[in-house]
Order: sequence, then C-alpha cells, then structure tokens
Amino acid sequence: MNYHSKKLLKLHLAPWRMATVGGLIMAGLAVVGGRAFYLQSLHTDYLQGKGNAVANRNMTLPAHRGMVSDRNGEPLAISTPVESLWARTAETRFSEAELTRLADILGMAPDKLKLRLQTRKKGELSVQRPLTPDQAARVAAMGVPGLSLRREYRRYYPAADVAAHVVGFTNVDDLGQEGVERAYQDWLAGKSGERHVLRDRRGNMIRDLEPVKIAQMGGNLALSLDMRIQYLAHRELAAAVTANQAKGGGIVVIDAKTGEILALSNLPVFNPNNRRNYDPQRVRNRAVIDTFEPGSTMKPFTAAAVLERGLFTPQSVINTSDGLIVGNKRIRDEHPHPSLTVTEVIQKSSNIGAVKMAMTLTPEQFCDTLHRAGFGQKPGSGFPGEASGHVRNAKTLKPVEQATMAYGHGISVSLLQLARAYMAFANDGEVVPLSFLRREPQEVIGERVFSPQVARSVRSMMETVTHEGGTAVRAQVPGYRVAGKTGTAHKLIDGQYSADRYIASFVGMAPASDPRFIVAVMIDEPMAGAYFGGSVAGPVFAQVMAGALRSFGLPPDAPLEPARITQPTLPNPIQTHKAEATKNGRPA
Amino acid sequence: MSRVNMALALILIACALSLINAQHHARKNFVELERLKKEARTLDEEWGQLRLEQSTWAGSARIETMARTQLGLITPSLDRIRMEGASPP
Repeated sequence: MNYHSKKLLKLHLAPWRMATVGGLIMAGLAVVGGRAFYLQSLHTDYLQGKGNAVANRNMTLPAHRGMVSDRNGEPLAISTPVESLWARTAETRFSEAELTRLADILGMAPDKLKLRLQTRKKGELSVQRPLTPDQAARVAAMGVPGLSLRREYRRYYPAADVAAHVVGFTNVDDLGQEGVERAYQDWLAGKSGERHVLRDRRGNMIRDLEPVKIAQMGGNLALSLDMRIQYLAHRELAAAVTANQAKGGGIVVIDAKTGEILALSNLPVFNPNNRRNYDPQRVRNRAVIDTFEPGSTMKPFTAAAVLERGLFTPQSVINTSDGLIVGNKRIRDEHPHPSLTVTEVIQKSSNIGAVKMAMTLTPEQFCDTLHRAGFGQKPGSGFPGEASGHVRNAKTLKPVEQATMAYGHGISVSLLQLARAYMAFANDGEVVPLSFLRREPQEVIGERVFSPQVARSVRSMMETVTHEGGTAVRAQVPGYRVAGKTGTAHKLIDGQYSADRYIASFVGMAPASDPRFIVAVMIDEPMAGAYFGGSVAGPVFAQVMAGALRSFGLPPDAPLEPARITQPTLPNPIQTHKAEATKNGRPA
Repeated sequence: MSRVNMALALILIACALSLINAQHHARKNFVELERLKKEARTLDEEWGQLRLEQSTWAGSARIETMARTQLGLITPSLDRIRMEGASPP
C-alpha cells in the first residue's frame, strides 16, 4: 500500500517541524551513544572492578599442618580447628540477661566479662580462645550483634609430656620451635591455596574463573617412636628419678637392626599443651643435645680396641692387684681384685684392667677406635642441635688422658651417641644410621666399625656383666640373655670431680644371641644412697627391655629352667606358683 | 525455502533453551559440589578431633591410673615373671 498516493492521508507539514523532531531524535541517540561509548571504553576498568567486586571472590584455601604420629599411627601432634570468640566492642549491644547468659556459657564471672567488653578499643578484641565446640554452638545461637566466632587451627599433643622432647612444639604462628616439629618444618607446614570464583546474588559459588591453586596440606609424619615403649620408658625413668632423688635422667631405646629410635625420654620434662610456665631448661632434649662423661660404659670400646689388634684375648689375664700410677694420677678400683681376665675386667668393671689394656695402644690407635665408633661426631639423627661430644686429639694426648679415657673420663658423649655406638656390638660390628622417622627395612645400609668376631666377643663379655658376680645383676630380664655395661662417673662440676655427685648409667642389649634392642639409661645425681650404674640405672633398663621384648613378641633365648619342661603332669597351678615363688625369690 | 528457515529457527531456539538448561544444571551441580567439599572438610576436621579425643581417652597414662586405682591391678615385678617355652608345633 502506498500511503502517499492516498489523498486523505497526505500531510502537509512544515519542513522545520520535520527537522526539529528528527534533530531531537538524533540528539537523543547521540547522547545515548556517547554515554555507551563513555561507559564501554573510557570508564571500563572502574565499572568492571565494581562488578567483579560484587560477583567475584578471591578465596584463600587454608592448609593445615600435618599430623605427627608414632610408628603405629598413634597421633602425637594434631592440628584441629577451634573457634575463638571475638567482639567488636563498638558494635556490641547487650541486654543484662544476655550478658549473664554469655558469661554462663563461657564460664566467666559476669562482672569480669562486662569489664572485658567495656574496654573501648578500636577493632576487635578476643574474648576467649579457644572455645569448646559446644560453647561455640551456644554462643552462635545467641546471635548477639558484634560478637563473632573465628576459626583458627590449634596444635594439640595428645601424648603430652611422654613424648614431648622428641616431638617438640610449634609457636603461635605454627612454626616448629623444637624437636621434630622444627626439624621437619618444611614437610609438616601446609601451603595455602587460592581460588577465584564467581558468585550469584545469594552468595553461592557458581564457577571458577581461574584454575584453582590447590592448597597443599601439610604432610603427615610417622616417627620411629613406639608409644608403648615410649610410655614405659618414660614411666620407668620417672619412677627411678623419684626413687633415687635424682636431678634428672635420660633414656634411649634403639632398634639395633634398623637404627630407628623407638623411645627417647628425659627428665625434667614439660607439657607441650600448656606452655604458660615455659622453662627452657625443661625443654632441652638432654639425651641428644647435652653431653656427659660416660664412665665405665666406655670400657667395651677399650676392650674392642685391644682385641681387634690382637693384643689381648678375652681369656688374657691382667694383674690388677697393685695400684697403677700413670703420670701423676693413681688409678684405683672400687673393689680390688688380684688378677682378672679381660672378660672379668668388663664384668667387674675394673679401672686398672681397662687402663692396662689401653696403655698397650698408641694414642692414634685408641682414638681411631673411638672415632670409628662415632665419638666426637654428630650421631646424625637429624635432630636439631645434636651434640657431637668431645674426644681429645690423638696428637696431643698425654698418657694420663689416655688412661682416663680408657674408663670413660676426659671424654664427653651424649646418651644418644652412646646408644648408637653400642649398635656396633649388637649388630656384629655394623652401625646403622639413626633415624627419628619410621624406616622400611630395605633402606638400611650399615657402616662397619668392628669385625664380627670382635663385636661378638665383646658382646659375650658384656653378657657376663648381668651374670652372678657382674656389676649389673639387676639388669637381668627373665627369659632373655642380656649384654650390657654399667657406668658410674663422678660428675665434673666447675672443672673438679665432685666426690659425692655421680652419673649412673647402663647401656645394654637383648636378646644377646641376636640383639634387637639397645637401651641406654642415664640417671643424673642420684642422691638417695645408691649411686652405682648397676643398681640405679640397671633396674630401669630391665623393666624397659622386658616391656620392649614383650611388645615386639621376640622369642626368649635364655635356656628355660629344665624342671618345667620335663614335668610330665601339670600339678595344681596355685601350689606350683607358691612353690616357685619361695624357691626362686630371684632368678639366677 | 521459508520452511527450511522455519525449521532452522526452531532448532536454534531449541539449542538456545538447552544451553540455558545445561548452564543451569552446571551451576546447580557446582553449588552441590562445593557443599559436599565443605562437608568433606568438616568431616575431616571432625575426624581429627575424634582421633584426638580417642588418643586422650586411650592414653597409656590414663589407662594405667584407672587400672591401678579402679581395678586394683599391679605390674608384676620382673622376679615374679617366668618365661615358658613355646611347645614346638
């Protein structure tokens, strides 16, 4: 249809009207277009920023610290989220009833809480940290404005003081400060991730805008510790320290086959869950970072040094009757004997015998043996601050120093180092590197220190120590053969040997036919009368060793009492028990 | 010609609608995924707390105290322990 052809519809408009309307429409279009251009291309960044701020979110993905557990997965350190209560004091509005209720939930006195909340402070103030999950739920249910719950990770140590020295602890920033927490900080610490998401009107996440940076959770760590043995060691050590009124003590249990540290404990100790009364002295892992003069526990190394050079045999007789003078020092024995074989020197712990053996060696030979056994070097467990101990230089070694070193004076070792060195006797001459982490058996490569013959003959000498006539009859473990050596050293205080302060120690291994465990016990300043290694440290050794052998289920290697095996019929068990008890007050 | 156009237009509309539908589903699933992830995290944390609780209740020290005080048990001293040989199979 052509409208222009219809006369009726034909309009006669003045051209200026056409121009005005058209101009106005064009102007409107130009304004809209200009505005669009302005928004789209000149003002984009600002507007897009605004839009993104509403819909996009950058989120940090929290990563928590890994768990530390013992070799069987028993947790020793766990990070767990806890809620803590914070208040914006400027915004909190309380009714009196609400305040009382809150105080009741928190277990605080209402007045104290009121005072706390009245402190006008900018920003937020922590009311209580941490809350129990129950408390948190009840506070959240109250819905008081200005109060907020904040989630933080806190590290807990379920074993508390039992494994405190090995596990260590972290500070408020979750950084390892001591022990394994410090040594394996990089592994345990997580790395928080990040994601960039688009959210809808209700705040739901709709999609990821960028590839997610996944949070790296902190790695878990399985330690070599066995909590059953660790607890037993800790308990027995604590009992012995109390009974002997000692200043402190230490104990180390090592798996001789794999070099894993199964238990390590020191006294005094601290509770890592409660560090309000923090005392650096209690935090020291003495068995690893402190050294002491070992005393007679060094004698097996003296014996090994002369045996491996063929200077003595276990049966060689040494005259120990006369007092021995080296340099200007008189060497004496606590219990003098006219003459002893090399085995008996170890069994009865004769200083004169040990010195006479050591003096047949050159200083280089003697120090070489000690160095090979790991003295004067870090034991290599990876523990922070490990002590290396001290062995004198062979070139400047005076005869008197060589003599005293033969029975463990003038040389300093850590308890861990001593236990490690005994691995050479336990393992037929090989020392396996120590580890605080659980190890697979195939990882182990040992280092040869003594020949198998020397190691075995020293071990059988040390077995006589626990036999009748030895210095450590009380270190016997029923059913097993035990080899070990006692040590009783005068303490060095301000450069002088104290007359009445001692360090009593015992280092031993069992089952002696093929040792699996090495237990080293050290008691610092026993003051209750007894101070010999055999009577103070020996019983601790026996208890811990018996428990370790039992919990690992190792077969007994001592000959069983024949009467029990050949009994044809079983008599009344109660009567037998009584008869045995009277007959065998103590096992032989 | 116009039939083909009509058909194409209908297909286009169907595609557009299904795209909207798919997008909607994707968002719903994503929200669900996020919710489940959050739940997994909560459960993980709860598991940690339960482990902590378990090891606190089952701690050797606590069990020993209870055995001694409530049950009157004692640790036998070593001289009261006898080892028996295992009978050969």
